[in-house]
This record gives sequence, C-alpha cells and structure tokens, in this order.
Amino acid sequence: MTSELDIFVGNTTLIDEDVYRLWLDGYSVTDAVALRVRSGILEQTGATAAVLQSDTMDHYRTFHMLERLLHAPPKLLHQLIFQIPPSRQALLIERYYAFDEAFVREVLGKKLSKGTKKDLDDISTKTGITLKSCRRQFDNFKRVFKVVEEMRGSLVDNIQQHFLLSDRLARDYAAIVFFANNRFETGKKKLQYLSFGDFAFCAELMIQNWTLGAVGEAPIDPDSQMDDMDMDLDKEFLQDLKELKVLVADKDLLDLHKSLVCTALRGKLGVFSEMEANFKNLSRGLVNVAAKLTHNKDVRDLFVDLVEKFVEPCRSDHWPLSDVRFFLNQYSASVHSLDGFRHQALWDRYMGTLRGCLLRLYHD
Amino acid sequence: MPGKLKVKIVAGRHLPVMDRASDLTDAFVEVKFGNTTFKTDVYLKSLNPQWNSEWFKFEVDDEDLQDEPLQITVLDHDTYSANDAIGKVYIDIDPLLYSEAATVISGWFPIYDTIHGIRGEINVVVKVDLFNDLNRFRQSSCGVKFFCTTSIPKCYRAVIIHGFVEELVVNEDPEYQWIDRIRTPRASNEARQRLISLMSGELQRKIGLKVLEMRGNAVVGYLQCFDLEGESGLVVRAIGTACTLDKLSSPAAFLPACNSPSKEMKEIPFNEDPNPNTHSSGPSTPLKNQTYSFSPSKSYSRQSSSSDTDLSLTPKTGMGSGSAGKEGGPFKALLRQQTQSALEQRGGSPHRFCRRREFPFFTLTAFPPGFLVHVGGVVSARSVKLLDRIHNPAFVGIMGNTRSYKLLDWNSFNSDEPETRDAWWAEIRQEIKSHAKALGCHAVVGYSESTSICEEVCILSASGTAAVLNPRFLQDGTVEGCLEQRLEENVSTRCGFCHIPYDELNMPFPAHLTYCYNCRKQKVPDVLFTTIDLPTDATVIGKGCLIQARLCRLKKKAQAEANATAISNLLPFMEYEVHTQLMNKLKLKGMNALFGLRIQITVGENMLMGLASATGVYLAALPTPGGIQIAGKTPNDGSYEQHISHMQKKINDTIAKNKELYEINPPEISEEIIGSPIPEPRQRSRLLRSQSESSDEVTELDLSHGKKDAFVLEIDDTDAMEDVHSLLTDVPPPSGFYSCNTEIMPGINNWTSEIQMFTSVRVIRLSSLNLTNQALNKNFNDLCENLLKSLYFKLRSMIPCCLCHVNFTVSLPEDELIQVTVTAVAITFDKNQALQTTKTPVEKSLQRASTDNEELLQFPLELCSDSLPSHPFPPVKEHLESASSNSGIPAAQRATSVDYSSFADRCSSWIELIKLKAQTIRRGSIKTTVTVEKASPVGDGNFRNRSAPPCANSTVGVVKMTPLSFIPGAKITKYLGIINMFFIRETTSLREEGGVSGFLHAFIAEVFAMVRAHVAALGGNAVVSYIMKQCVFMENPNKNQAQCLINVSGDAVVFVRESDLEVVSSQQPTTNCQSSCTEGEVTT
Repeated sequence: MTSELDIFVGNTTLIDEDVYRLWLDGYSVTDAVALRVRSGILEQTGATAAVLQSDTMDHYRTFHMLERLLHAPPKLLHQLIFQIPPSRQALLIERYYAFDEAFVREVLGKKLSKGTKKDLDDISTKTGITLKSCRRQFDNFKRVFKVVEEMRGSLVDNIQQHFLLSDRLARDYAAIVFFANNRFETGKKKLQYLSFGDFAFCAELMIQNWTLGAVGEAPIDPDSQMDDMDMDLDKEFLQDLKELKVLVADKDLLDLHKSLVCTALRGKLGVFSEMEANFKNLSRGLVNVAAKLTHNKDVRDLFVDLVEKFVEPCRSDHWPLSDVRFFLNQYSASVHSLDGFRHQALWDRYMGTLRGCLLRLYHD
Repeated sequence: MPGKLKVKIVAGRHLPVMDRASDLTDAFVEVKFGNTTFKTDVYLKSLNPQWNSEWFKFEVDDEDLQDEPLQITVLDHDTYSANDAIGKVYIDIDPLLYSEAATVISGWFPIYDTIHGIRGEINVVVKVDLFNDLNRFRQSSCGVKFFCTTSIPKCYRAVIIHGFVEELVVNEDPEYQWIDRIRTPRASNEARQRLISLMSGELQRKIGLKVLEMRGNAVVGYLQCFDLEGESGLVVRAIGTACTLDKLSSPAAFLPACNSPSKEMKEIPFNEDPNPNTHSSGPSTPLKNQTYSFSPSKSYSRQSSSSDTDLSLTPKTGMGSGSAGKEGGPFKALLRQQTQSALEQRGGSPHRFCRRREFPFFTLTAFPPGFLVHVGGVVSARSVKLLDRIHNPAFVGIMGNTRSYKLLDWNSFNSDEPETRDAWWAEIRQEIKSHAKALGCHAVVGYSESTSICEEVCILSASGTAAVLNPRFLQDGTVEGCLEQRLEENVSTRCGFCHIPYDELNMPFPAHLTYCYNCRKQKVPDVLFTTIDLPTDATVIGKGCLIQARLCRLKKKAQAEANATAISNLLPFMEYEVHTQLMNKLKLKGMNALFGLRIQITVGENMLMGLASATGVYLAALPTPGGIQIAGKTPNDGSYEQHISHMQKKINDTIAKNKELYEINPPEISEEIIGSPIPEPRQRSRLLRSQSESSDEVTELDLSHGKKDAFVLEIDDTDAMEDVHSLLTDVPPPSGFYSCNTEIMPGINNWTSEIQMFTSVRVIRLSSLNLTNQALNKNFNDLCENLLKSLYFKLRSMIPCCLCHVNFTVSLPEDELIQVTVTAVAITFDKNQALQTTKTPVEKSLQRASTDNEELLQFPLELCSDSLPSHPFPPVKEHLESASSNSGIPAAQRATSVDYSSFADRCSSWIELIKLKAQTIRRGSIKTTVTVEKASPVGDGNFRNRSAPPCANSTVGVVKMTPLSFIPGAKITKYLGIINMFFIRETTSLREEGGVSGFLHAFIAEVFAMVRAHVAALGGNAVVSYIMKQCVFMENPNKNQAQCLINVSGDAVVFVRESDLEVVSSQQPTTNCQSSCTEGEVTT
C-alpha cells in the first residue's frame, strides 16, 4: 500500500508556524519531519510519523503555492485563492522577509548581482544556513532593491508600501538597500566585530541626514535630478565636505579647536591626557574622512576609515564610552565658537550623523 | 420578453502576462448569454485593465435565464494571430430571479481556465429586470427558491411540506464525442462545463415547475448529482422536497396551517395520476403532457402487492441486471422490524395518505418539532444495471427545445429500448416505499439517492428512514385528526419517535422490544438505525461519536452481464457484513442508536467497497445495550480458550473505556420497573447466525452466552478473528476531539464561533500481488483510520473541538487505486461552558421525568454528578512552538537571527497603518495603488463592518463555508440562492505542478476560492450546507497528465454574529445562552 496522493485543503488556509519556520530555514521535507519528531511533537499529540510526514508535505505544498504571492505581498492581500486571516498574512510576510544576522553580515554592502549569488554556496557553508534559505534571503534583498531602486520618496515608506513589512523590518531593508546601493565595505576583518544592527543604525542616520531626501523639499523638476532621493548620498553635500579641511589644514584653527575642547573637558574626562595627546590625530582623521568622500572608493571605505582613524585609537587607549560621548559632543560643539570657520551648517550635517555613528560603532 | 439581463465589466487585476516581449497583456472581454455576445474594448498593455464598460443588455426569456449561465471570457488581443483565451467565468444568475434573494451580483471573480487554473480576477456587475408574465403555461419556474439545506431554512417557516420532487435530464458526454478527437482538451472541458451548467439550469427549472404545480414555492434538501456514464452519456438528476415556505419577518406564532390553498389537489381522486411527476413541455403545446416517470398505473399495482413479492420482483426487471434489494433481509432483522400488517392495524388513514402521492419521500433530515411521529428504521435498496446508450423520454424534451446543442451528435439516438434511467429510479423508489410500508410507515425521511459506476456497470442506491409523520404539515390537511390520537400520546413525551410504528405481535423477524425507558408506555426496539439527524428534542445520554463500517470484497473481472450478476451476488453479503460491523461497533461504544447512517457501496474493476458512516448515540428511551460475547468454536482447546477469554476481556475493557470516554452513564433502572416485555434472546442469536455465510455448522450456538443483552460473536475461523481484531483497532479520537457525521454533535451544544471546513483526499495504490479480502480490508481500514488521525493532528490547535458532518466518499478510479475524499467542518466549543450546558438536557429531562414518573427522578441527579469532564485539554500549541525553536533545530544553524518575534501581535495593526500611509504618502510616486478603495465585493454594509477589522479595506471579505445548515454563534438573516458549480481541471504538466498532490491541492483551493467569490458577489458572507458531491480524479503519470472534475453545492447566506445582534432583537431574547439560541433557531 503506497500513498499516491494525500492532501488537505481548508477553507481557511492552515498555517503551522513551526513548519513554516522549517520551510523558511530551507529544510527538506525529510529533514523537517526528523526535526519535528525530535521536538517531541509525537509524544504530545499521540500522532505517528506517517501523520507527521503527511502534515509536513501538506504545509510545504501550501507554502510553495504561497511563495509566488509572497514575492509581491500586496498580491497576498488581494488574492482569492487562499483565505488567510490578516494577522496570519502579516505573519507569513514578515517571516518570509525576515533574515538571519549571520547571512546579512556576509552580503551587506555587496552588489546584489549574479556574482554574489554564486558565492551563496560559500556563505551557506560558512554560516551553517541552508543554501535554500540563503537564496531566499538573497532574493528577498534583491527583489526589494529592484522594486524601490527606481522609486522616489522615502525608502522606508516605499518598502512598507510594496512589501507590507513591519516598521522595523522595513527599516532594516532600507539599510540593506542603502548599503547595497552605496556598496559600503563591511566585510573587512577589522569590521567583523560590528553587528548588522550597528550598520543599520548608521544607515538610518545617513539616510536621514546625508541623502537628497534629507534636504527636505524634493526638486521641482524631476528630470534635473536623476538621483534617487533616499538611496544615494547627496553629491553636493559630499563635494562641500572638502571645505571642512580647513579645520585641520589651518594650524591656528586646529589649535584653537583643541584648546576649546580641552578647556571644556578638563577634569571631566577619565582619559583626558590621552585625549589631549591624540586630539590632532583624531581630528585629522575625522576631517579627512569627510574630505575624501567625493571619491566613490572612499565612500565605500567609510566604515573602515572610521574604525581605523577613530574607533581603534580610542579603544587602544581604553576610552570608556561615556568619555567618547563627552569628547564627540564637545568636539562638534566647539566648532561653533571658531570664528574663522564659516561652514557651521555643513559641519553640523556631517558631524551630527558621524557622532551618532561613531558612538554606535564604539564597542568591543 | 420577460427579462432583461444587464452586465457591466468593470476591471481586471492580476492578469497573467500574455505577451512575453512586453511582459504585459492586451486584454478584452467577451460577454455571452445564450447566442448573444458582446465585447469590451481592448485595454492595452496592462495586467490590471480598467474596462469600465457600458451596460451590456440581453433581452431573454425567463426560461433561458434559468437554464443558461452567463459566460464571461477574458482574452488577450493579438493583432497577427488568433486571440488567446486567458480564462472564463460562468455566473449562474438564478439567485437574481427570486424576489427575496440577491438583487445584484457584483464583485471580483477568479478567471478560470481548465488548463491553467485561476489566472487573475475580473470585476463584474450583473442585474436582472424581470417583467411579470402571467402566462400560466409558462416553461419557467422563476421564483421557486432552492435550498441545499436538509431542514427548514432558518429564517423561514414551513407552511406546508408537499413532498418529493425529482427529475433527471440526460445528454451525451462531450468528452466521448467524435469531435473530441480533433478539438483541444480545453475546448472539450469547456464544452463539458457548459453543458453541465446548462443541464443543471434546465433540471432546476423543471423541478421548479413541478413545485409550482404542487403549489409550493420552494425546494428544500435539493440534491443534484451527475453521473458520468462514459460512452453512454451524462445524467444530471436531482431530488428534493417541495415546500411552501413563509419568510419569518416577525415572531409570529407558529401556526400549523392545515387550511392551505390546496383545493385542487384534494379534488383529485387518489387513484388517478397524482400529477407531480408530469409536466407539459414545448412552449406552445401546454396540453401535451409528458410523463417522465413510469406510468402511474404500474406503480399502483405494485403498491398493492406485499413487500415480499416486491423484493423478488425487482431483480427481474431490466435486462441482464440483478438487484441487491435484499437489504430487507438482514437489516430488518437486525432492527427487529416486521413486514406486514402494520398498515391494517393503523387503520386506513396513513395508508390513504401515502397513496395520495406517488412517493411519500422527504429529503429532509431535520424537521419542525412534532413533524416526526415515529421512526421505523433504515430502508434501502440497490440495483445493479448495465449501462447502454441513453434512451430517455427526457431526451425529447431537450431536443424539442430550440436552444443550441449544436456540438452534440444526435445520430446515435434511437428509442428501441424502453428502459430508461427514470424507470430505473422509479423501480428503486418503489422498493423503498414498500420497505417502508413493511415497517408500518407511510413515509420515508432523510431520503437520498446515489450511484456508483464502473465501466458499463452501475449500482443505483437509495436509502432513507421509514417514518410516520404528522400530517398537519403536509398538503393533505384533511387527514389531520386521523392521527391526532397518536400524536397526543407521543409528542408530549418526546420519546415518541423511538416508539415502534409496527405491530409487535406480528413480527416475521423476532425483535427485542421493551417498554420505552422514558415514558414506559410504548414499545421501543433495542437499537435504532436512521439516516436522519438526531431530533432536537431527543434525550441523549453522554456524547455521540462517529462509527464507521468498512469493507472490501474482491471480485473477478468480468464483462457485461456476468459482471453485473457477480456484483448482484456479492451485494447482499456486503450489506450484511456492513450492518454486522456497525452493530458490533455500536455495542462496543456502549450506544444504542445510529443517526445519519449513510452506506456507500462502490464498484471497481476487481472489487467492491462498502463504507458506512453514522453517528452513534445513547438514546435515553432505548434500553442499555448489552456487551459483546465471544464464543469459540473449539471450546476444548485450552490455549484457544485462554485466547478467547483474553479477547473477551479486551472487549469488555474497551466498552467500559468508551462508556467513560463518551460519558455514557445511563441510569440504573431495575428490571421490575421496566417490566420485561418480550425478551427473546434465543431467537435473536439464531437470527444472527442464520445470516452468517461463513459458518457451516447449523447447530444452535450455546446460548448460555446469550445472557439477556449480550451480543454473541462466534469465532470460527480466521475471518472472524480478523473481524474482532478490526473492531478493536479503531482508535478513539485524541482527547479534546469528538467527531460525528450529523449536523450537530449530540451532547455538545455550546459551540464557539471558530469553524474550519476542509476537504481531504487520499489515494492509495494497492500492491497488486497477493490481494486477499483480508489484506484489502486492512488496507482500507488503515487508509480511513490514518486519514482521521491526520485530521485530528492537523486541527489540534482547535481543541476542544468537534468534527461535524464528516462525510467520507470512496471511489475506485482504477484497478489498484482507492480514493477516499472527506469533507467536514471542525467547530470549537467552550469546554467550561460545557460543564453548565451538559446540565441543560439533564434539567430538561428532569422536568420531563418529574412529570412522567417520580421514580425516575434519581436518574438525572446521577447524571449531573457524573457529567464532569474527564479530559484535560493541554495547550499543545505553545509547547510546540517552544519545542521546535529550542530543541528542534541545531543551535549552530540557528545563527542569531534578527528577532521579529514580537511582531505578531502588532502585525494586524500595522497592515492597517500601511494602508493609511498609502493614502497620505509623503512624496514621490507609487507604482500601483489603485485598487484599494475601489473594490468591495460585499454589498451588504452590515457585513462589512463585521468582517475582520484589520482587513477592513482589503478587497477580500471573509466567506465562511460549512457543510452544516447553521453557523455557530451566528444568525442567518438571508438566503441568497443556491450555489451549484462544476469545474474541470486538466494538466499536461503534472510533474511541474507538484505531482498529483500539488495538482489536486491547487485545484481544490481554487474551487473554494471560486465558491467564495460567487457568494461574496451575491452579497453573502457564508455558504451553508456545502457539499462536494463529486471529486473525480484521473491521472496518467506516464503521460504527465491528470484530470479532475469537481461538483460542489451549497446555500449562499448572509449571517450576523449573535454578539452583534442588538439586544432589541424581536426574534429571540439574546440574553439566552447560546445553546438555547441554536435550539430556538432549529425550531423556527
């Protein structure tokens, strides 16, 4: 006796969250059944392995049919074939677009192209995430990227609009898309200590402050401005950043800046002497990062540079985080008192974001 | 010109890409009704076209309106080659023809293609303007309402229940025509779909005419089936119960209307043609009557003959056919029923009454209170026929019509042979009628008909429950008073339906009668089998359960008549064994009555399958069932003896366990109170053994085992051993689950609102080697048991819940394939409330008992204390979640995944949020956001407010589907019309579609979707009495092909949640707990 056909169709589509997770994680039916058996479900329900097999198959089939719709989540809401309560629809979408930290760290900032896709094998081996799951996650990134790439307006809103993701997940996708678009280097060894959350945090700050969309009003003539407002950094702003160079190039300005910071921080900083000794190096580092951002190559290395020029020196001197915060606040605020410096707004736009990023990046 | 049909094509969405180059589609729509076709403009380059067409108007006869479906075809315009069809939508406009049903059909319909399945959706608006036509010879029957529900629909009141209506139409099957060899599968499928749609329409119209002739206005319990007879054609047949219904608008008193406008009928002398089965045909020749049934004179001559001769007569009719009408033998025996003289005893009135109508049959399974007076037992009849080309008078009816059946090849038509499908069915019905008469009953309720076809052999089956009815609901108001006396006696006691309608002194088969345990005045049998639902006022102890008998019999492959004879010879044995199994299992459960009994015999190439399903209950009025005794054949063998006693112990344990499980704690009533009427254990056991084909020793079994109520199983060979084993292998459902095949589960009445209707299909391939009856039985048994186990597992999150209306269908699509299809609904119930409500019946019976007899008082009290729930329901779900996320998956592989776990509770709210954002999006462009407000398929404002809030502005409203006639926790406010749909799906890329399972899974999901879409378009939010009547699946894996046909039906309704009903509701005080509400609804 062999089973030729075995199906179960409910008027309300049954979704088993556990099986869904196994499916998303890329397990084959056989593996999924084995894992479910191990979870002790048979003892709890008194079911047999055959029942479990049939149940798993059913769910896998359903998910397979749903997958096409999940690629365009609004379709899932409007389709008539599967009657799924809204909360379940949301769950399906959210879980489908959820990703593994380990995976996203591997591809963050990489071009979402066929070439990268070929590397998924290695990523799978390295992270222990099944190839199937890697593919799904990669395809999700790419799909979201493709859809919002040409689109104007808020990146997060666009993603939410077209993929019906929760606010948090949409923000994460915005970061992924932003990183992929600007190709920020995140894979270097010295960046390994950083989590996706760190990068996502920085991405959000940069989207809010450094892109065209951040300026506020959209350009009147859509043809004149071909850049995507939230995806690309504001070129003009990057050009202007060169002006900041005066802060380190002009020795008087640099000294004045240093003395203002030192005066304000004396006695408040545990690592005051180290700071005093290192001030010029740190300041040079931060300003030079800004000045270099006109080149695409240097934009990509932004995080490498920040870690090299700021995070690592401070860390080697064992600055506590609170001291870093004091220093950065004072460092950016003191510039307002430099009479000879005329680019206060530019400085704030640059340093406001950078300060946030640095504080986030500064950990072990 | 009695009607104007108006159609507007609004828009499409999610269309498939038809032009690979542009990844877009140039779609337009053809709207066809009858022979008229309109077209929309081509909407260029869009997958979401907005046609917004003018109103297309069709001026048509109402006859056509009833018969023809509206056919909407979506095509892709192609400049250089032929336009490609994207798919079709058939819309049955019948619901627009009743005054009270839907007024407009408007909504999104899935665009369906028989090869590709659903391909996008189309938004259509349909309206009908009907002009009144006073022509009394009209052919249409607009205005007659149809209900699949087998009880009086909830918001109506039965003024009169007229009785049985039936009709069948036949045609050639387009699949078997010569033209099929040259046309594409798609064209062939579409021809078939269209033809069946047409035939259904025609059938419904004709039934409607009969109803009008009977002066009714509705058909309840309408059951339409089609028989795919292959080469010999296609039969669409329907039965139903004609009624005159009144809409319940105010809480009017329930008046039995005996002074109904039925003068004309009354004037007809009873021995004349009673008319309902005839009707005029041809629009201009109203006087030419066409009899679709056999001649009345024949039927009346039959009636006078005794039932015994009837039995012997039936098999002789028809060339080369045998009959399995032996049903009466074992069955009646088991039920202790008699064959004769009841009618004489009862006097003339019921007899005369039943002569009034040709077949006093009712397809209803639940009745207004007081309607059912007595229940005799199940009557059934089967007949084996050889299929030949269809020669049927109804044929002429179709041919006489001017409508287009041009596709069909009529040359093969000849009328040499007198035998017709009509005559076949008439013969079966006649047999049923005589069986009923033999049981002292004048009517058959819970009546149904079915067929099983394999190649050229066809088994026709009919079954029902013989009953005595209260005539005040029937058309013959005059008869009232004749039965009055008996009514008073029984209705008041509420156990009346259990009382035997036949004469205890004149029983050909010895039966074990006792005085009713409830009223102690009338006699009751020790077991009762019926095909109806449990009457609402019946007193039941404990809960019920699903009981199934399963059986296979190998048969030699044979041709034509030899085959038919072989089948006819096997049938009686199968019937006998099925009943023995049922009886054994019933006893094993400690119960004494079966409701909703449905026995299906399926014929295949080399085997016969029997599957009986019923719901067992313990009726308080019936005596406590005895245990099962096992008797060995060779009592001297020590080890054997030991084995036997071991088995006996197991059986006793099982019975005890079941009693506990189903909370069966009947009151202890001492023998003296009851009195011992006519217990004849000796005869009983003799009866059983005399029917046993396996036992060759005729010596009386040692009757010391036959203590009063014991049921003796004799183990004389391995077969019997197997039987006993199989008895014990049935596993009870896991705790928290109950199952039944009736509408409601006896003993549970506090349903909560969560329901889940489902269909499950399994096909197994038997290994062709060493096929024996035993192996076959085991395979079949395992198949069914595993299927049930799977269902329990899948629905575990609904615990505590009950599977209701579990409907198994068996078919044998090929030599070694067995297909089982199950449709049922899982309903949750409140376990805590159960505590209180289990008392309700007890209280009821308490009152009843106290009025009846003081001595019985102890019984309800005892029950109270024992009705505490014995099953804890563990929160399995939580366990599972934590288990699989923690232990199930290797830690290394679960790399720290980004945590979105807390979103679940928020997610419903943010979908809404997103939608809001869609309206007020900051800046920039959004590609596709048009459809959001535009489409609300649900017209009923009431309903929209009630649909799930987060999805309020989604286009898809929730449509519930249930095989039951009600929706728990809700009130049906409107019936919108019948849904009767037929689909064919075919594939030539089976592997690519996920194999047979993937193919059928997708198809069934699509069928559900199309049913829901039609209901939503009618303005409804649920389908009740949903049934999948046919699911014919054929595959050819070698060719990578498969085909499936599905036929479903149900009633589209609008329901309102009880919690949403305002307390001011005039109908019922909603302060009542739910149980009383549902009860109240049943009675309305």
